[in-house]
Amino acid sequence: MIAFWILAPIMVAAALGLLFARKAVHAALLLAVVMISLAILYAVQDAPFLFAVQIIVYTGAILMLFLFVLMLVGVDSSDSVVETIKGQRVASILVGLGFGLLLVIGIAQVSFGTAVGLDGANDGGNVPAVARVLFTRYVFAFEVTSALLITAALGAMVLAHRERLTPKLTQGDLAAQRMRDYAASGKHPGPLPPPGVFARHNAVDTPALLPDGTAAPGSISRVLAARGTVKSAPEIADDIKALTGEDSTSTGAAHTEGEA
Amino acid sequence: MEVAPFIVLSAILFTIGCVGVLTRRNAIVVFMCIELMLNASNLALITFSRANGNLEGQIAAFFVMVVAAAEVVVGLAIIMTIFRTRRSASVDDASLLKY
Repeated sequence: MIAFWILAPIMVAAALGLLFARKAVHAALLLAVVMISLAILYAVQDAPFLFAVQIIVYTGAILMLFLFVLMLVGVDSSDSVVETIKGQRVASILVGLGFGLLLVIGIAQVSFGTAVGLDGANDGGNVPAVARVLFTRYVFAFEVTSALLITAALGAMVLAHRERLTPKLTQGDLAAQRMRDYAASGKHPGPLPPPGVFARHNAVDTPALLPDGTAAPGSISRVLAARGTVKSAPEIADDIKALTGEDSTSTGAAHTEGEA
Repeated sequence: MEVAPFIVLSAILFTIGCVGVLTRRNAIVVFMCIELMLNASNLALITFSRANGNLEGQIAAFFVMVVAAAEVVVGLAIIMTIFRTRRSASVDDASLLKY
């Protein structure tokens, strides 16, 4: 019972967090908290087999699938706060509270008696006991489950499959396209310049320098440029000046040591 | 160990899942709330299994888990397909059947 009183507040808090988390990834992690806590409650209630299944199937497979799809769909796809139906949020919270109250009051009215406990039913181990029931009385349901799983696998394959509408581009096509772009707009047909490799800054956030000492714009990742974490060439030169103590005006290009 | 606190916890989790389905707009989070409701019912099933001293409840919870796994696979594939065509995972955007 100690485990219950420790875990119950955690679970309710995490479940409430599921309602208020703006980011879907946070919601997934809170759901993981609820599921692991539930697994422990299963273990407490003499269900070690379901404890293992809960952790393996739910937190292992299903939640990872959720996170996988979240990453595919885009992590930043947060909820819109716009209400499409007026007053829907307030109404649904009220309905939810009413429903919860109804359930809790209903349960409070019932007398459950003393729990029999599973010591008798789990005689000889929980897993053999579950298997005995599963493969005798519920063997047909168990077999039907296999049909369900095959259908689900087929369904997922059909839904995820995408027909190729255009022929696949070969290396020759891509090369021809590059030359056409060069002829049409003067776009450089070769690969982008690599980031500069300097004596002090051997990192991708250091731009390559053009012969006139300015940074080559194509040499750094667009993402780094958007974040503003790119080092500028004069800064690098300052660094070198501080190290050597010399005050040379021909900075940047003079200090490059081969641009990879 | 008493039985009632577990059932009350299960009811509370189920209610939270319900409210989540009603309020959240992101299809994936709505799906997570459905999973929360399934899990809450599993807790009730396992608690009743202990209260009654037989394993039927645990078997039922086991089958709920199997069906939930199948459901998640198909549901997430549907969400992926909708996202691919509409560039959105919001449940409000898939309203074409309304008109």
